[in-house]
Amino acid sequence: MAPENGFAVRAEGVSRHYTMGSALIRAVEDVTLGARTGEFLALLGSSGSGKSTLLNLMAGLDRPTSGTIFAQGRNLSEMNAVELARYRSRTVGMVFQSFNLLPRMTLEENVELPLRLAEVDRAERAKRVQGALEHVRLEKRLAHRPSELSGGEQQRAALARALVNRPAILFADEPTGNLDTATGEAILLLLQEIQRTLGMTIVMVTHERPLAERFAGRIVTLADGRLVSDGAKS
Amino acid sequence: MKARDLGELAVRNLREAILRNSLTTLGVAVGVASLVAMLSLGVGLQELASKRLANSGLFDTVLVTSRRNLRDFGRPPAKNSTAAEQLRALDDDARHEMERLPNVVEVYPQIRFPTEVRYAGNLYQTVVAGIPPSARGNGAFDGVQGAFFSSPGADEAIVQIEFAKELSEQTSTLIGKELVVRYVERQPLPSPTASADPGKTGNATQTSTPNSGDAQAGGFSIVPREKILHIVGIIETEPAAGFGGFGNGRLFIPLDVASALRAAQVNDLREAVRTSTGKPTYASLTVRATKPSQVGAIEASIKSMGFATFSLLDATKNLRLFFTIFDLLLGIFGSLALAVATLGIINTLVMAILERRREIGILKALGAADRDVKQLFFVEAGVMGSLGGVFGVGMGWLIGRGVTWGTNLYLQRQSLPPAHVFSVPWWLVLGAIAFAIIVSLSAGLYPATRAARLDPVEALRYE
Repeated sequence: MAPENGFAVRAEGVSRHYTMGSALIRAVEDVTLGARTGEFLALLGSSGSGKSTLLNLMAGLDRPTSGTIFAQGRNLSEMNAVELARYRSRTVGMVFQSFNLLPRMTLEENVELPLRLAEVDRAERAKRVQGALEHVRLEKRLAHRPSELSGGEQQRAALARALVNRPAILFADEPTGNLDTATGEAILLLLQEIQRTLGMTIVMVTHERPLAERFAGRIVTLADGRLVSDGAKS
Repeated sequence: MKARDLGELAVRNLREAILRNSLTTLGVAVGVASLVAMLSLGVGLQELASKRLANSGLFDTVLVTSRRNLRDFGRPPAKNSTAAEQLRALDDDARHEMERLPNVVEVYPQIRFPTEVRYAGNLYQTVVAGIPPSARGNGAFDGVQGAFFSSPGADEAIVQIEFAKELSEQTSTLIGKELVVRYVERQPLPSPTASADPGKTGNATQTSTPNSGDAQAGGFSIVPREKILHIVGIIETEPAAGFGGFGNGRLFIPLDVASALRAAQVNDLREAVRTSTGKPTYASLTVRATKPSQVGAIEASIKSMGFATFSLLDATKNLRLFFTIFDLLLGIFGSLALAVATLGIINTLVMAILERRREIGILKALGAADRDVKQLFFVEAGVMGSLGGVFGVGMGWLIGRGVTWGTNLYLQRQSLPPAHVFSVPWWLVLGAIAFAIIVSLSAGLYPATRAARLDPVEALRYE
């Protein structure tokens, strides 16, 4: 356990290497980075810069080759698989570029899924699902399947699913990558609103500097797996 | 994840690929049906054989003879045998004592004697056997053409088919006809000490016998007699009722009638030369137990009373062993189809992992532990196994009904009585369903483990 020092999540000297054939890929190399509680942090970089890998490490989807990640004061490296799953379920919410809604389920069922995994009581679930969908203004599309929604609506539904468990940290991996500019901006406005109203920590991966500069409170740039800049918006 | 949520998600997933999962479930059902059909056939045949053998009296009867039968005529007494054992007579006292033993249904004497039958002016040689009233309900006369005796004391006869063919070419016309049985009756003679005039014995043969109630008498005379009997039935097969029971009899009459005839039997001469206890004795008695498993205890009790016994107890053990092996082999053959169905489950679930790779990644990203994913696939396998098991038992039962129907149709055409060759007991129903679930869960073990081990990052990248 390490002191939080105001950080919701913090990576210290984190590296992630993997082999592809005979080649050793250094996806993330010795990165030290923290997101303060309530901060909207953008990880900026070109394709292959290691930003999504770093996001996955901080979200507990992957384990670093070396270094440590602290989230809410706990060292993710010391967690076993069950604890890590609980961390993803109760502390973290995730939004993906390709929405990752389950196509066979309705919006209501998709949003309810994290609550099932977190073993929330049934009576409580309905209220929370309704609240989350109202937050993203999709409360009238409960019974629709993802294929019946536009891209923006799907991403809003994914956002509702990420929020329904009231996570402390929201990780968003290229949330606007599959959307047109206007819809992407609408999504980021929604993220900004959530961060401001709920005081949630948001770590967003993007390769679009203008959007990052417009909506994020802090921008960190990665290149070739290394952190090249960390600071306020230019 | 909670069990109810797991169940709901599993059923939902199965419904999404309904055709493939239905076919896999059908495969399990066919496997279970094969297993149930095979084992039901084995159980049914075992029950049929047990019932027929039990009815035959081979396994639930003890043949009791006096030890004196074995030790007479100058043979030395057995070592360690008491004088009481050697002298114990198989008389009415002994019969009543045996009737009072626990789990004894009935005790009756074996009465068989040679006769001359007169029918339609012709004479025929044959053997008459006395039949106890219990033979009506034990299946020995199930195939009788006509009827069983109207009462234990009725002057009626049932004719064995081979003898009936001797009497008439049209055997069915014999029913309702009369025949005359000629036999020799034992008649007691007064003791030589009581009777000084041997001329009173008339033309009868004088011996010294206790067998016919001529106790302490001067012997018995044998007198030719005739008895008119009404033919009430014809039996196709030779009804058995234990070793030495009705065997070799060709003309069956009620036991009470046979006793009343006091017909001279084969062992009468042997008894005649032996020292008597002064009471009527039997050559042998048949003791029927409530069930074959009681035979051993009854035999031991009768032996301790001083009599010799004989039963086919060991044969019942061998019969059980035979059917245990038979059922095992049928079970193995029946399980082959289930083994193929197991491969179907593995294939279906492995395909599901490939198709749902991304979904597994999403579940993990949302907080599903490896255990949750594993349980989800397990439950899906279990649901397929349960449904397959239930449908399979139903199909197996239908197959059994079909086999029974076909068998009875064949038996009917062969003029044989119907038989239940198929039996689906409750233990088989529950066992087959449980077995199907266990097999399905075993089949789901590999796919479930593989799904649980999926790297969520890799799974999320999968398109």
